Amino acid sequence: MSAWLRQHRRAFGQALRRLTKATGLASALVIGIALSLPAGGYTLLESLRAIAARLTLEPQISLFLQPEAKRAEAEALGKRLRTDPRVATLRFVPREDALRELQAVEGFPELIAALGRNPLPDAFVLSTNAAAVDALAADLAKLPGVAHVQADAVWARRLAALAGIARLGLWLLAGLLGTGLVAVTFNTIRLQILTQRDEIEVSKLIGATDAFIRRPFYYLGLLQGLAGGAMAVGIVAAALALLNREVGVLAESYGSSFRFAFLPAGDALAVVLFAGLLGWLGAHLSVSRHLRDIEPG
Amino acid sequence: MVSFSSVAKRYPGGQEALRDVSFAIGEGELAFITGRSGAGKSTLLKLIPAIERPTSGSVIVKGQNISALKRAAIPYLRRNLGLVFQDQKLLYDRSVYDNAMLPLAFSGHAPKEAARRVRAALDKVGLLGRERSNPIQLSGGEQQRLAIARAVVNRPSLLIADEPTANLDVESAARILEIFVAFNQVGVTVLIATHDQGLVARYGKRVLHLEKGRVA
Ligand SMILES: Nc1ncnc2c1ncn2[C@@H]1O[C@H](COP(=O)(O)OP(=O)(O)OP(=O)(O)O)[C@@H](O)[C@H]1O
Ligand SMILES: [Mg+2]
Repeated sequence: MSAWLRQHRRAFGQALRRLTKATGLASALVIGIALSLPAGGYTLLESLRAIAARLTLEPQISLFLQPEAKRAEAEALGKRLRTDPRVATLRFVPREDALRELQAVEGFPELIAALGRNPLPDAFVLSTNAAAVDALAADLAKLPGVAHVQADAVWARRLAALAGIARLGLWLLAGLLGTGLVAVTFNTIRLQILTQRDEIEVSKLIGATDAFIRRPFYYLGLLQGLAGGAMAVGIVAAALALLNREVGVLAESYGSSFRFAFLPAGDALAVVLFAGLLGWLGAHLSVSRHLRDIEPG
Repeated sequence: MVSFSSVAKRYPGGQEALRDVSFAIGEGELAFITGRSGAGKSTLLKLIPAIERPTSGSVIVKGQNISALKRAAIPYLRRNLGLVFQDQKLLYDRSVYDNAMLPLAFSGHAPKEAARRVRAALDKVGLLGRERSNPIQLSGGEQQRLAIARAVVNRPSLLIADEPTANLDVESAARILEIFVAFNQVGVTVLIATHDQGLVARYGKRVLHLEKGRVA
């Protein structure tokens, strides 16, 4: 084995021993808990996004006829719509029904009484699929007797906006806690340097290179970050397992088999590696800042 | 082996520790640096492994100009020197054996070879039976000998010791000096700072006497 490899193995072993001491494990746990928040949030969000995607698979189109349209024209249009393969479900809303609904709303009865007639047109509400919605809406608008077509993507858009906000929130949280991770590592390494002050000083005096002295601290930061990241993934997995037991009962009562899905393996690995990287960064900052202070004289 | 020419050292506080010091120590020599407390003995020795840098003049060690040495080259210079510090600088969180092992950790010897060298070094200073002890359990003389073992474990050709017999009784001091003499006899150049004139007189070796930072 080469001397270089031996020194790395030694530094790694030293770092591992320090990590498995109570303080090292406590720091890793702090990191793990902190990172489990954004990681868990991301996991939930990804699962919910899957549901949302399924919901928006059936966008709705509201089709309003011209107010003067006859009921027979409406029925003819209804038949025609039913033959369109893009239309999944179709519901006719007669203007009387629409009026009745509106009259239940505070203030409207007076308004309608003042008008003296039903201002509402007959309407169809139909559902279609996401791919067809725009083309279908455009086609429908061209049909005779149709006054207005409204493709109801508002809900889907709101959901997307909400998910966007949630994702941004998670990124901010991840950024904040990532910074916290760097700070925790910075401090762990600082304390470790302090406890080893004598050893570092003597080592420098008798010919240790800076790289040799830094190495175990870099490994400690890296390992602590990796351990913290692994703990975060573990915490998320455990929390999801608990959550899914309850969700399973609820979902079954709705005839659904919905479960929160765990992070894809790639994402889980990314969390662990990213935590390791941040740990390394914290160690780098700490080592650069604190080892300079120990200059033997 | 070591040569100083017109070396001056002024500490940041304005304290002039060495003035116009010039001397040369040949290979295989054993020399004493003497002088009263504050005369500059430690300062002189610290210039050799570049623990301190001269304010002016040049320090040459094994053909290398220490005054112009780059920071990155210093560790490699120090590895080839055996250093015994005035305050010993032993580590009390580990055994005698591990203290002596310290310099080998970064010089990259194979574990078997390293263990062999540590045992040999401890044997030479008579501490082989105390490997598992903590340095705190050793007497003053034994701690001093451990410091010597750590200094020689890398088999340096130049051994520098700062007050290795301070606070020791005459017998223990003599035992320590015998160790240095033994190393010198196998060709190691030895430089010892001490304020114990009587001890020095007994060996009839070369003496550099410092007075207020000057060679007297
Ligand atoms: N790091 C320092 N900063 C400022 N002044 C120093 C420093 N080290 C030593 N000195 C001063 O330099 C002078 C020489 O000190 P030095 O330690 O070399 O003396 P010494 O001969 O080794 O003394 P002793 O026998 O007490 O060890 C002293 O006046 C001391 O106060
Ligand atoms: Mg001194």
